[in-house]
Amino acid sequence: MLTLIQIELYKIFRRPRTYIAFGAIAALILIIQFGLKLDGKSYSDFLMKDIGGSMVIDGNIINGYLICYIMLQLLLVHVPLLVALIAADMISGEANMGTLRLLLSKPYSRTELLLAKFLAATVYTIMLLIWLAILALFLSMWIFGLGDLFLMKSSYVVLINQNDVFWRYAGAFVFAALAMVTVAALGFFLSIFAENSIGPIVATMSFIVFFTILSTLNIPIFNVLKPYLFTTHLISWKEFFDLKVNDANEAIIGSIQNPQRIITSALVLLLHIVGFVGGAIFIFNKKDVLS
Amino acid sequence: MQQIVRVTDLTKQFKNLTAVDHLSYTVNEGDVYGFLGQNGAGKSTSIRMMLTLIKPTAGHIEIFGMDLAKNRREILRNIGAVIEKPDVYKYLSAYDNLQLFARLSGIRSTRKQMMDQLEMVGLAQRAEDKVKTFSQGMKQRLGIGIALVHNPQLIILDEPTNGLDPQGIADIRNLILHLSRESNKTIIVSSHLLSEIEQIATRVLIIDKGKKLVEGNATELLDPAQTIVELQTLDNAFALQQLQLSNWTDKVQGQRNNTIVIKLDRKEIPALHTDLMNMQIQLLSLQPRHSLEDYFLQVTSGNQHVDTYTN
Repeated sequence: MLTLIQIELYKIFRRPRTYIAFGAIAALILIIQFGLKLDGKSYSDFLMKDIGGSMVIDGNIINGYLICYIMLQLLLVHVPLLVALIAADMISGEANMGTLRLLLSKPYSRTELLLAKFLAATVYTIMLLIWLAILALFLSMWIFGLGDLFLMKSSYVVLINQNDVFWRYAGAFVFAALAMVTVAALGFFLSIFAENSIGPIVATMSFIVFFTILSTLNIPIFNVLKPYLFTTHLISWKEFFDLKVNDANEAIIGSIQNPQRIITSALVLLLHIVGFVGGAIFIFNKKDVLS
Repeated sequence: MQQIVRVTDLTKQFKNLTAVDHLSYTVNEGDVYGFLGQNGAGKSTSIRMMLTLIKPTAGHIEIFGMDLAKNRREILRNIGAVIEKPDVYKYLSAYDNLQLFARLSGIRSTRKQMMDQLEMVGLAQRAEDKVKTFSQGMKQRLGIGIALVHNPQLIILDEPTNGLDPQGIADIRNLILHLSRESNKTIIVSSHLLSEIEQIATRVLIIDKGKKLVEGNATELLDPAQTIVELQTLDNAFALQQLQLSNWTDKVQGQRNNTIVIKLDRKEIPALHTDLMNMQIQLLSLQPRHSLEDYFLQVTSGNQHVDTYTN
């Protein structure tokens, strides 16, 4: 099994396509960092224009932590496409190249082969998130320095002490990895039905767009479905940046406003992963390979 | 002789199509087993069932004396296969592909062993080149190299000469003969180039519409009484006239593509040659054409080639 995973990883990282995702993330982050470095003051003024008269902010709000938060909000919407590029190609790409029949005539079970492929796609997804973390968090911390994290939510502001931020990012990235692995599992599941990778990649993105719209629509009939849709839970990483407050309305360091929501979301995502991968294995084991 | 493959009543139904219909055959140790049939006859489906790519609807496959359904892993460890096109990873080099499939087969080879393997299929000079730069023939040779990399006992080659030039076809033929004679490998070869099968197969199975038409020793299938001879002369009209005035007239089948076709016993060929000389016919070539191909076309009802001669 370990050999199979190593071989699958070798194949992933020998393909030029793999590096498109890493390059795209690097290009986007560097452009945003460049823009904010040059014109951070304007952005800060823009952020503060609605509340500028009601409170005074002392210090540097355009710091590495805020830049990372901005970039996560922007990029985590698009990372699913980069994940789907590889995950949705894992089986369909082999079928398209004609290598699937050669792989399946080797002395491994189909279940082993599929699990190895999914685990390799998971490793790729996690590496993509680590790359995102290195550029969006660590590089931003280096370029913009540290400071308290000032976030504007829809009806309130959150100010997190700089000593209380880093672990939240660690949690957020771990959660984001789980969310993106769910996307990978969906792409992987869809890839068993096709003999070219375009179909499953487009289908994966279509599913995500469709269910994201359902998740955000505020129509009562859909509200029953929302808790069960994985798209509802993809952005639960933001919960790490909501704090509890004490009676004096002061933030409690090290607290999370609603930890149960994070746990529930993680469980829903895990169930989806098991469902997608289990479904893929079940169906693929019954399939005749005609490619 | 030990049976390596024993297939019994193998059937595969795809919705309304019966691709393989109660097919039974055996392959013995050391055989070069020619698997013949027209396109869509069920050859590839049968081969895919032997490699567990397709699940049989009914029937039983036994390889190395073990039930394939129950001992898949152990059996596949000893099989090397090229299935239809020899598709490999185009973004990897020949060497990397070979190494990858060696590892998949549980083999950890040294660089020298890998290079020897590539040398055997004539690709050592291109070992580090990406496969996307290879011709179809080179890919075919690499596919065969991959099939052999783990030194399997049974080799299954589905259309191994596809896309090869004449030299490449001869190389593959020699390789198959070498593997059979020197290494005592059992080899199943399917091909639409029946003349190739004729030159290498020790036993032959002919199938049509998923059913077995005939299985047997290749030489026994060639009935010497049914030999076809093709003549090319400087003046075919004169030659045809002379032949029709001679004792050979009943055996002359007619003329096709600038050749005169005569059907006779193989033993009569020397006498025919002598008579042609005596009749002052200026002979360019005399080619016995009785082959497995003729037999194949006859048993698969595709014998138009003997029916379309013109006198």
